[in-house]
Order: sequence, then structure tokens, then C-alpha cells
Amino acid sequence: MTDTVPDSLAAARPPQSQWRNVWDQYKTHRGALWGMGFFLFVVLAVLLGPYLWTIDAQYIDIRARNQGPSLSHPFGTDQLGRDTLARMLSGGRVSMFVGMTAMLLALLLGTLVGVVAGYFKRLDGPLMRLTDLFLALPLLPLLLVIIMLFRDTLRSAFGPETGIFILIVFVIGITSWMQTARIVRGDVLALKEREFVIASRSIGTPSRRMISRHILPNVLSPITVSATLGIANAIITESALSFLGLGFPSDFPTWGRLLFDSTDYLQQYPERVLWPGLAISLTVLSVNYIGDGLRDALDPRIRGR
Amino acid sequence: MSDTAQAPLVQVRGLKMHFPIHAGLFRRHVGDIKAVDDISLDIFESETLGLVGESGCGKSTAGRAIISLYTITDGSVEIDGVDLAQLDSNSLRAMRPKMQMIFQDPQASLNPRMSVASIIAEPLVEHMSLSSSERLARVYELMDAVGLNRAFAERFPHEFSGGQRQRIGIARALALNPKFIVCDEPIAALDVSIQAQVVNLLEDLQKQFGLTYLFISHDLSMVRHIADRVAVMYLGKIVELAPRDTLYSQPLHPYTQALLSAVPEPDPVSEKDRRHIILKGDVPSPANTPTGCNFCTRCPIAEDICRQIDPEFREITPGQFVACHFVGETTKSTGENTTGTIAQH
Repeated sequence: MTDTVPDSLAAARPPQSQWRNVWDQYKTHRGALWGMGFFLFVVLAVLLGPYLWTIDAQYIDIRARNQGPSLSHPFGTDQLGRDTLARMLSGGRVSMFVGMTAMLLALLLGTLVGVVAGYFKRLDGPLMRLTDLFLALPLLPLLLVIIMLFRDTLRSAFGPETGIFILIVFVIGITSWMQTARIVRGDVLALKEREFVIASRSIGTPSRRMISRHILPNVLSPITVSATLGIANAIITESALSFLGLGFPSDFPTWGRLLFDSTDYLQQYPERVLWPGLAISLTVLSVNYIGDGLRDALDPRIRGR
Repeated sequence: MSDTAQAPLVQVRGLKMHFPIHAGLFRRHVGDIKAVDDISLDIFESETLGLVGESGCGKSTAGRAIISLYTITDGSVEIDGVDLAQLDSNSLRAMRPKMQMIFQDPQASLNPRMSVASIIAEPLVEHMSLSSSERLARVYELMDAVGLNRAFAERFPHEFSGGQRQRIGIARALALNPKFIVCDEPIAALDVSIQAQVVNLLEDLQKQFGLTYLFISHDLSMVRHIADRVAVMYLGKIVELAPRDTLYSQPLHPYTQALLSAVPEPDPVSEKDRRHIILKGDVPSPANTPTGCNFCTRCPIAEDICRQIDPEFREITPGQFVACHFVGETTKSTGENTTGTIAQH
């Protein structure tokens, strides 16, 4: 068959990789480029930073407490003389990792529930009632109970930090997938009646490929939006948990923990709130911009404009 | 053109498509929307059967039910001797390449996130095991057949005009060499100059590949142009089925007569003197159809029998089927001697 193709085929452009087009479009979104630059910077900083800035985040130097920014402590020190920069770097590692993993878990659950509920009519009722149930659960008592029940088991199984990490990611993931599920279900319900889905049905495409080829790419926009919001949400929930003493141990730095520790000294040393607050909001902002750029780049209707 | 001696490619018998209505707190089944209510028709190989009727009369539902996009309520649809209603989902999937569909809205029928090449290739991916270069070659072949530039293969649907989009839809429908294509108002969303192009393309492709069309439309003049036989639907039923020329020159059913009289004539002199049959009232709801003849509420010649007995769909002259009590008996069927509901303009 290929042999009989006339010469004009050779003249026609061979199909280009779609990801190239996506990247070309992504590049035109200035905010998204800045966002990605900053996000990469933060990731590199929290991953490599502790190797370059070698002061131990847990090291207490009581004589150097409550210092302002100086050469030996660029971000100053806290009430126990611990170096704020070192605590920011190691705290960021935990916060970012918790944020990303919890968001991924929530996204996965939400998309799965939403697509299945929207696409398969028989599962719609049970799954959406389950979603309502989760939405109706009071969050904090639930977290309290979960952490009370499982903290010690997980600690002994995975060690204190990994155990708590798994627990927190699971708890945040399991309590924040409902919005995504609702949005995705609504979109899938509308998409299912679109003519291109019916056309695909007339071709005989089975459900699983129908979902991967036609449904998922078209619900990408709401999913990216929930993803970017989800990271922010997860970081903040983790902070709240740490504040309540339900999260990581109190001497273990995370951005949320730093923020809440500093609130006691808000009047004397306002800059101490600034650093973790700035880190959280700028990271969230950069993720939002990345999501914005991605959504535009993945939509062929906006691409090239 | 149609050779009635041969066996029909598509044989529809007593097709019913009812959509249940659920109401109340417990979502009880309180009734049915009878979108398609007991239609029977044959479509012969390489002919075009036009299906006309006003909006909401069940034309599109009939088309979709015939190629099993819905689970039909009752009746049988045989395509190439296989009864689709009896098939399980796997055998039905294997039958899909024989029957394809062209949709009304070319914008909505193409996935906005897929390139033209992948849209046209979707049926090939599903039903044939081709290497990617073979598949691309076939896509280019199809794009040539429907008159699309090969350089457009990597573009996306929103970058095309309506007519070009419809060509993409046609190329996709042709990809698996189907025998039977349901054209669901393929030209309704296009402007008039493009309509002619698309209809001519459909005719050329029919000659080239020996296709059989079920051409659903509300455009009577376009159906007159393309169809070999024409079926007229009203409220879920076929009221008249006849060869094209017979139907347009001697319509027998009062609804067909009213429908044809609504087509304006280009000549102003004859248009002035022409009699229009104006139907009074609205189409009854398909959820609550009248007893007796479906058309009795609006029919200019209806009598008591029409409100009691549903007229049989019978062959009046060879090839011409009509569902009316008065056809073939009285002169009333011409619709000219009746008074009251026929206004002269």
C-alpha cells in the first residue's frame, strides 16, 4: 500500500509530534515560563540546598536566638537559635513533597470517580452519593480519628517520619478529591452526549478507549485547574495539621509549621512569618501559572494564537 | 435505479424506539416518548432512500436506531441478512464497519482535541491492524477522495470551514469501506453553496464506491435531487413511502400533500396562483399520541374512522406505500374538494 502512494505524499509534511506543538505554545505564555522557572528553582533549592547550606535545621544555638538577617544567618534565627534558611530548605522539601503527592492522589481519585460516575450510568448514583458522604463529613474530627488510630501503627511500620508522611498524604488525598470528582462528572455527562462521542460509538470504539481518547482529553482543563488549586490546598492543610499537633513532630520543620511557630512572635519579628508565607504563596502562584499555561497549550483551539 | 427484485440491503421491520419517562419521588416509569413507533422499510443496494419530515418527528432517532446506536425497543433491523437486534456487543462491533453515519453538525461531530489525521484514522485503528505508514497512506487516500488537501492532515477541526469539516466527517465514515451510510441531515448546518458541493460529493462517492444511503433531511428539494425513493415521517411513523418522481408528482397522503405545498416555487406567477395547504395546530407530543391515525388532529380530511382506527401502511400502487384510510377510495385524497382548513393564497 505504501508503495503506491504518489509523490505528493512525500511533499506533505510528515505528522509532527504533538508535544512539540504543545511546548511551542507553552513557550508563548510568559507567566507560565516564569512560573515554571520559579517552581524549578524551588524544587532544586529544597533538593540540593541542604547540601550547600550545611547548617543542621535542628541544631540549637541558644546564644544566637532571635537574630535578624546577617551573613551567617541570611534569614535570621528563631527563638531557639535555629537557622531559618536551613529550616526553610528542609521544611520546603517536606511541604512540596506532601503537596505534590497528596494532590496527585486526590486528582487520581477524583478523576477516576468522576469519569466512572459520569460515563457509566449505573454507577452514577452510588458513586455520587459516596462523594456527597465525603463532602458531608466534618473534616477535622475525621482527621483526628484517623491520625489517632493509625499514627502509631504506621510509625512502627515505616519509621516516625515516613509513617507520618504516608498518613498525612493519605489523609489529605482522601479528603480533597470530591470537588474534582464533581466537576469531572459534570463535564463527562455533557461530553457523553456530544456527537463526536456518538460518532465514535458508531465506529465501535469500546468504552475504555472511548474514555482515554475522547473523554479524558476533553476534561483536561478542569483537571489542570483542580490540580493547581490542589497543591496549594494540600500545603495549607498540612500546615493546619502541623499546627494542631497532628502532623509531623513539633521539631520537624515544614513550611506550615514554621509559619505557625512564627505567629507567636509576629509583633516582635514580623519577617519570620514573611519567609514561609512568601514561600508558600509564591510556590502556589507559580503552580497556578504553570497550570494556566498547560491548559492553554493542551487546547488546540487556543494553540497558535 | 433501484432493482426491487433483489433482496434489500437493509430491512427494517416494526422498528420501535421508545424512551421511558420517569417521574415522581421514586422515579417510576410513567410513560414513553414514542420517538419511532413501528416503522418498516427496505433499502436496496446502492440506492438512496430519503427520509423527510418536520423537526421532532423522529427522523434522526430512526436513523440512529437503524444502525444500533440505541438499544431498540422492539422490531428488527437486518443489514446484509444479519439481525442487529439479536447481536451481542462483540458481534455488533464486528458489524460496525458495514454501517457508518454522517452527522448533522460537523463542528460537534469532530473531537476538537484530535487532528484531522487521527480523526479519520480512528475507525482504521479500531478495526484494522495496519502499520502507521499504511494507515497514513489510507488517510491520505481518503482525504483525496473527499477533496481535502493532504497538507491539512495535522490541523485541528476548528481550523476548517463548515464544508471542510463535513468532508472530514465523510472521510471518517468512508474509512472502513462501509456498504450503508446513514446521512443524518448532513447539509442542514451548511450554507447553500456548500450544500450543493457536499451533496455532489456524496453522489460521486456513491457512484465510485457503490454506497447505499439513508438520507435524512427536512429539505424537500435536496431530497428530490439526491434520493431514489422517499419516505415521509410524521410523529414517529412513516406515512408515505414512494419512488421519488411518484411522490413529488402524485402525493397521496394528506400530510405529504401539505408538506409539498409548503415548498415555494421560483416562478412568481405560478406561485401566486398556487394552492397552499395550511395545517392547523401543532404536532401532538410523542409521549401522548392520539388514538387512531397519528395525523388525525391536523388532517384536513379526517373523519371519525381516523380517530378510532390506525390506518394500515399498505401498498397502493407498486412501490408506493401509504398509511391513510381514504387513499385509493375517494377523490378526497387530492385534498382539493375539502373545505375549511384549506386556505387559498
